[in-house]
This record gives sequence, structure tokens and C-alpha cells, in this order.
Amino acid sequence: MDIDSDKAMISCHAEKNVYRIICSGDWDLNHLSFAINQFKKIHKELPQGMAARIDITAVEKIDSSGAILILKNIDILENKAHKVDVSGASDDQQKILDMYRRQLNYVDNNKVKKSLTIIEWLEKLGRNTTHYIRNSANFFAFLGETYSAFFYYLIHPSSIRYKAIIKNIEEAGVRALPIIALTSFLIGVVIAYQSAVQLEKFGASIFIVDMIGISVTRELSPLITAIVVAGRSGSSYTAQIGVMKITEEIDAMKTMGFNPFRFLVLPRMIALMIAMPLMIFFADLVGIFGGMFVSKFQLNMSYAEFINRLQSVLDVKHVWVGLIKGPFFAWLIAAVGCYRGFQVSYNTESIGRYTTISVVNAIFLVIACDAVFSVILTELDI
Amino acid sequence: MKKVVVSMRNIITRFGENLVHEDVNLTINQGEIYGLLGGSGSGKSTLLREMIMLLRPESGSIQVLDSNVLDLSPAQADVLRKKWGVLFQSGALYSSLTVAENIAITLKEYTELPTDLISDIVMAKVKMVGLPEHASRLFPAELSGGMIKRASLARALAMDPQILFLDEPTSGLDPVGAEAFDKLIVSLRELLGFTVVMVTHDLDSIWTIVDRLCVLGDKKVVAEGSLEEVMQHNHPTIESFFKGSRGLLRSRA
Repeated sequence: MDIDSDKAMISCHAEKNVYRIICSGDWDLNHLSFAINQFKKIHKELPQGMAARIDITAVEKIDSSGAILILKNIDILENKAHKVDVSGASDDQQKILDMYRRQLNYVDNNKVKKSLTIIEWLEKLGRNTTHYIRNSANFFAFLGETYSAFFYYLIHPSSIRYKAIIKNIEEAGVRALPIIALTSFLIGVVIAYQSAVQLEKFGASIFIVDMIGISVTRELSPLITAIVVAGRSGSSYTAQIGVMKITEEIDAMKTMGFNPFRFLVLPRMIALMIAMPLMIFFADLVGIFGGMFVSKFQLNMSYAEFINRLQSVLDVKHVWVGLIKGPFFAWLIAAVGCYRGFQVSYNTESIGRYTTISVVNAIFLVIACDAVFSVILTELDI
Repeated sequence: MKKVVVSMRNIITRFGENLVHEDVNLTINQGEIYGLLGGSGSGKSTLLREMIMLLRPESGSIQVLDSNVLDLSPAQADVLRKKWGVLFQSGALYSSLTVAENIAITLKEYTELPTDLISDIVMAKVKMVGLPEHASRLFPAELSGGMIKRASLARALAMDPQILFLDEPTSGLDPVGAEAFDKLIVSLRELLGFTVVMVTHDLDSIWTIVDRLCVLGDKKVVAEGSLEEVMQHNHPTIESFFKGSRGLLRSRA
């Protein structure tokens, strides 16, 4: 498409008492830039109070942008107290101009742009605070509904969704094993490498077993597993429930008497609480194996030697401490994931936003919960 | 002889094993409101999607505005796409943008117009489709069904298209809203002189605004022409469409 050959042209000259603006060419979307600049010049050049006549006889094509450009410039000139008229419009062109004359109304761009004053800042702070409080209240309401559904389960054990729970265990647990194996193996390798260098300096290489055994089972496996699960299952819970909300499936369930807490939330929550300790135990094994693997090549420690030492230094309580965290982390991840899913509003963008929020919240809560565990268990000398 | 804007010849479409179109032929002339009719699953929307290059038929030829749609370079296809506007069934407004931004987006991307002129054009289109001024600042999620249709019509009209493709424009609107929308399309056609191609099964639209139509049935076009001409045929699809209780009600009136 050659833009220059048929662009909108303007030429102008002053006559005795009228300033003639002669337009020609194609006045459409793609050909207007010359005319726009030309009009700006005319605004400057036009002598005070002189009448203007816009002649569009030679205009071949005119579309909405061309028509609006002409009308807008007429308005600007008229505001400066010039008399303006249009001549030479064909019937069709006149019809288009008349129509856009009716549609044209200017938006005041100044109203839209506001600077952030102190009042507005305070208003924003207030809004965010009430939003935060309401959000917390909603979360407790969500938990309350979940518990009432849970008690319903206890009273009517036949209503427990066993199939859904098992399916969710497979989805969130079994299918996560490869990625958990990979991450915890690498964590074991990293810890072993870093400590091997330091411990060798003191000739205390054998303590690498204590180091790996305790840190992996007590802290690292639960945390790494929880973070992987938050990223994998927490986000998918939010997205699944969010999409069901957008497609009105949740409303459909309610009208059929299927309580979404019993059918969607609890199966996910219970499944994750069962699967998480098992995944942590699996991560323990793989993580320790990672450390063992590095010790063999870095410190020439045989597998038998490593395991022998592990049996004498790793109290079973450390493993239990790690495993016991599992259900707590799982509960946090599932609760946050489902809660954020129910918050999704009826547009596609909010799914992405709430999925992000859900993962960030879940990881933060898991780490905060881990810190609480650390303090309590240390105070209790466990 | 009127100028032909869309012509489809010997279209065969297949989804896997399922044959949807078997030798479909149709012609759409400049300036008319053309209806694509047929029962659910007869492939009306598929036909529309083939015209606007979202789907490719297995074989056949499609001419839109003198270009052979099935044999275009990417650059030619871009030029052609700027000459039409499409209104999707559910509106398909971009949910992260306001109504005004939705309408302005093609103008911003494809023209070099200054932003103040673009916003004037946008406001003119907003008013043209009968939306209140404040609606331009709302997000699609905050609009009612009728407003979504109007907003996406304004978006389709942003570049002053020569053809407007409408996929079930009145579905999901109440009868009053549907009639208002039909009137709007007729009056805009008068003013702007574009060609309208619409997929519809709204009998009211067919009786009141459609100039010519084709009826799809048995994987073919069973009749094409003005409503009177189409009514002459006695194919079962046409019988059931116009001589069912709803159709009869109309033809008596």
C-alpha cells in the first residue's frame, strides 16, 4: 500500500475576506498525518477574526477519522471566533459529516489525569485496610464453612467423597513424585557439597552424615515438598475452582444441592493432608541418598559407612518432626488454594491474578508455619 | 449487476471423520445484509469462520473483497483483515482493557493518528452504537449483555470496515434489546454503507432486516435468495424453519 500517493492534502490561501482551505485526496485512517500537521499551521496563521471556508470538493474518500478531524478543527476555529463553513461536500459526504456532528462529544482529558495528593493517598490506605480486614473475615467464613462441611462428613460418613479423595491423592501426590524426587535429590547434593568442603578443613568429614540426616529430615524435605506442592497443586486448585465459578458450574452445583465445600474443598484438603506426609517421607529418602552420593565421590565415604553412621546419629524423632509438619502445610496450601479459587470473579483476567496470589500466600504461610514449629519444638526440647 | 464482496465456491469442510460442508456455494453482494441460516450444527458459524480466515476448508475457493482468502501472503492477509470488522457471539472484548481501550486498540496499533483524535473517534463510535458516555470507562466484566454486544459492535466498526461479520448478534438479548440492535445495524448500514454478513437463527431478524439469505441443510446450501424466493422452496429444513409454529406466527402477521 503506497501511503504517499493518495494522502489527504491541504492547500490554503487568503482571499479578500475569506481564508480558503482546500482539501483533496483520501481522508481516511491511513492518510491523515499531513493534514493533521497542516491544520495546526492554519490555526497559527489564520489572521484574527477572518472567516474560513473549508472546500472539500476534491476529497475522494472520507471516513470517520477524516470527518472527525474536519469537524474538530471547525470547532477549534469557531472557539477562536472565526466564522467557518464547509463547501463542496457531495451528498454522501454531507451525510457522513452530519452524522458525526451528532456523535461528536469531546472528552475532557484533564479530568482523567489526577495527581496523587495526600488526601487520595489516605483514601487509598483506608480502602486497602478495609479491604484487608474484609478479606480476613471472608477467609474465616470460608474456614467455618469448611468445618461445618467436615462435621457433616463425620455425622454422615457415607457422604464422604472417597473416590474424589483418591483421585486427588493421585493427582497431587503420585504425579508430583518425579519433580519432588528431582528437587530433593538436588537439595541433598547441594547441602553435601557445601558442607563437605567446610568439614574437610577440620578433618570432621564423618559429621556430614549428621548434617544431612538431621537437616534434610527435619527441615528441608518438608519445606521443599510444601513449596513444590504449593506451586503445583495450590495453583491448580485455584484455577480449577475459579474456572468452575466463571462457567457457573459452582452455581449449578448449589442449585442441585451439592455443597461445593463437601464436593470440591474437603476432598482436596483431605487428599493433600494424607499425601503430604508420604511425599515428605519419600523426599527424606531421596534427599539423604543425594547426600550419600556426594559423600562417596567427594569424601570417599562408602554407602555402608554412611548408613552405619546414619543409624547411630539420626534419632527417629527428627523424622517424625518432619512428617508431622506435612498435614499442617497441606492444610494451609489447600485452604488458601480453594479460598482464592472461590474469590475469582466473572472474568478471565482474575483467574491469573488469584492463582498468583494463591501461590504466593501459600508459600509465605508454609514458611511462617515452619518458623512457628521451629520455635515451639526447640522450646519443648524436641 | 451488483458488485460481489464475498463468494464461496465448492466448499468442502471436514472435522476428522465428520463431513460438515459438501459443496457449499454462496454469493454476497455489496451493501446487503446477508443472513446465514440453518439448524444447530449445520455449520453456519464454521462457514463464517472460513470467510474470516480462522478456519481453512478442505477444498474450494473463497473470494472476499477481490482477494482469494485461501492463497494470501501474510502481508496481504493483514491488509484484508483491516477491511472488515467481526462481532463474536459472546462479544470477545479484551477483559483487561476498558471499553474505550477495546475500541481504540486497532486504531492505536495500525494507524498513526494522534491520541486525542483517536479518543474523539472512539467517543463518536461509543455514541453511535448507543452506549452512554460513562460506559467507555468501564471494563467488560461490568457491562450487561446488551452493552457488551454494543461495545463489541463499536470495536468492530473502529476501522470503518467494508464488511461487518456478525455471529449471532441478537442471541442472549431480550426481544426489545434484539430489535433495537437490529435497527441499529440497519441504520448504520444506511449511513456507512458497509455489507453485513450475519449468522442468525433469530426469526425476527430474518423477517425484518435481512435482504438476502441462504439456508444450510444436509451439508449444502438448500436455498439462497431473498426471503420470498427462499420460502418458495419446500425443502424440509426450510419447512421446519419457516412453517413451524414460530415461523407461521410471523408469516400470518
